[in-house]
Amino acid sequence: MAGVRSSNEQSYVITALVEHRPGVLFRVSNLFRRRNFNIENITVGTVDPTTARMTIVIKGDEKVVEQVVKQLNKLVDVVRVSTLDPENSVIRELALVKVHAPNSTARGDIVQFAEVFRGRVVDASRESLIVEVTGTPDKIDAFIDLMKTYGVKELARTGITAMVRGPKTVPG
Amino acid sequence: MVVMSGAKALVEALRREKVEVIFGLPGGAIMPVYDVLYDSDIRHVLVRHEQCAAHAAEGYARASGRPGICMATSGPGATNLVTGITDAYMDSVPVVAFTGQVPTFMVGRDAFQEADIIGITAPITKHNYQVRRPEDIPYVVKEAFYIATTGRPGPVLVDLPRDTQVGEADIEFPEKVSIRGYKPQTTPHPLQVKKAAEMLVRAEKPLILAGGGVIISGASKELVELAEYLLIPVSTTLMGKGCFPENHPLSLGMMGMHGTTASNKAVLEADLILAVGVRFSDRTTGKFDEFAPKAKIIHVDIDPAEIGKNIPVDVPIVGDAKTTLRKILDAVKSLKEDRVKETPWAQRVAELKREFEEYAEKMCQGEGLKPPKLMKLMRELLPPKAIVTTEVGQNQMWAALYFKAYHPRTFISSGGLGTMGFGFPASIGAKAAAPDVPVVDIAGDGSFLMTQQELACSVSENIPVTVVILNNSMLGMVAQWQRLFFDRRYASTNLGEIPNFVQLAKSYGAEGYRVDDYDEFTSAFRDSMKNEVTTVIDVPISPEENVFPMVPAGRSFREMIV
Repeated sequence: MAGVRSSNEQSYVITALVEHRPGVLFRVSNLFRRRNFNIENITVGTVDPTTARMTIVIKGDEKVVEQVVKQLNKLVDVVRVSTLDPENSVIRELALVKVHAPNSTARGDIVQFAEVFRGRVVDASRESLIVEVTGTPDKIDAFIDLMKTYGVKELARTGITAMVRGPKTVPG
Repeated sequence: MVVMSGAKALVEALRREKVEVIFGLPGGAIMPVYDVLYDSDIRHVLVRHEQCAAHAAEGYARASGRPGICMATSGPGATNLVTGITDAYMDSVPVVAFTGQVPTFMVGRDAFQEADIIGITAPITKHNYQVRRPEDIPYVVKEAFYIATTGRPGPVLVDLPRDTQVGEADIEFPEKVSIRGYKPQTTPHPLQVKKAAEMLVRAEKPLILAGGGVIISGASKELVELAEYLLIPVSTTLMGKGCFPENHPLSLGMMGMHGTTASNKAVLEADLILAVGVRFSDRTTGKFDEFAPKAKIIHVDIDPAEIGKNIPVDVPIVGDAKTTLRKILDAVKSLKEDRVKETPWAQRVAELKREFEEYAEKMCQGEGLKPPKLMKLMRELLPPKAIVTTEVGQNQMWAALYFKAYHPRTFISSGGLGTMGFGFPASIGAKAAAPDVPVVDIAGDGSFLMTQQELACSVSENIPVTVVILNNSMLGMVAQWQRLFFDRRYASTNLGEIPNFVQLAKSYGAEGYRVDDYDEFTSAFRDSMKNEVTTVIDVPISPEENVFPMVPAGRSFREMIV
């Protein structure tokens, strides 16, 4: 039920294809606020000149997710909504991590860790490195944890985007 | 294609939507539209406060089944519409609201009379639009009317920056619109229909709960046929009142917090509920977990989001009420060739009905003027198709309980939002839609004061209605709760005997009566049907009067106070 939190809470990934026009993000986020749904994460990207794709992560139980999907479907600017099964989806996030790296030992270590995580050093100065790393949120958490040893000066995460595995699609 | 101004395009688009009446009040940012309306055949009803334009549009829509139109200027004009738009949203009323806006290049600069009406009304409209170019107006209007009137109806707002009204462009008027994100489902799933029919035929104690959706989709005929074929009693929600004739032997009246004892007891005993066009509001169900404890539930609604929102459902059916009831009836007939003649349940239902009739009779007795008795009197004095609107509070619940509605679209009340001040402007809108039947606003003194300035509108626009004020000099429903739950501490509910309603009415050029007994009431009420202007009848009732039955908020129907 909307607004009621139960112990069966877990995270769900919802994908919405929406009209690419001004105010759509406002309508979606306003709906979540009004119905007392909790957004953990929301990302928006352009699909084509008239369509955008939103990936929304919410916390709740099955009833909450069902209401979220139904209420999203009622928005005229929302073209199609589907819930992704996390077991059967590709879920990715990108992070930029600015790490304190004042000496060559630290820089060497950081570059090596970045390689292990298939990240890349995208900027370097005498005192810091920026590492770009992509993966599941868990993997990014793990990388950030490692970097804390050196000092994370700044962190930017995109939030996740996702897609179902195999030939199935979210049709427009 | 033809070159014209946005304002002209708007009025032409409205004409093509067959708009006959607009309720509104002009101001700076909407003046170009009013200037075109000045030469148009479309009737404009000038209200004295924009909130009433929205309520009048609701009354018009609910009496006629056609969309109601309201119009206001930017800023305060637009924000004054908000209560009425919210009311329409909660009760699924097709209203299209047009608002002026500061010119596009001024938007966002906190210009004079600028308000972000798109942001403000996003959560209270089915959809809204801010027009960017004059040539978009015909498309926006077409979409707005389509969205407001189809699927589950609701209000749509169109915001018109002043430059889009004044600017000229090549204009074309579309015949049709297609909106890829908006495709209401009206045809029910055949397997679900079959399942519902089987359960209805098998059930021993079935009950139909019919809501506003039955009225909206025009499904009363199908509802009566199905109920009669299987001898199923019918309760309604407040919004459903009138969808099933309340003088029918199978009618149990309204269910809910102030439902009849017949409805509220039947739902506790029933083994199957067929709920049609209802949204299981807490005011209808009482405590969610203890609603219909012995029953399986079939829920028919056109809005999938209503199914399973408040009450768990055994058979969900998404579809239009009329289409679905017709298909269920056909399936029932193929399972059962003859109509049901007599059942123990039907006898039990008749007993529950008798019990409530006796209760209602008892509520008519006693000192002073009794509201249940006044309701009965009005029913006797009015033709069957007369329209009744109500304000909100005790007056509304007395009307819902004791005034029997016989036809759909003849009982118009603010259900979901519970807006005091709704009834009077709604009665003006209803009368504009149905000038040939008497329209009565059943009011309380507190509610009527919130929109009484529309006496000026009704008199000057020649839209005569009757206002019956059940005057207890209190905010009566709040006072009732204070009596029952707050140890009779009447915090801020005593209104005093202010104003003199007869003089108030007369100062507007309306008629006013004060009555002290049932005979005087009858005579004044009869006069009001003949008067050429609006009539206000001030009916003093005891401030100690309570509306019963009543189920305290959040409780089960087992705890009904009678």
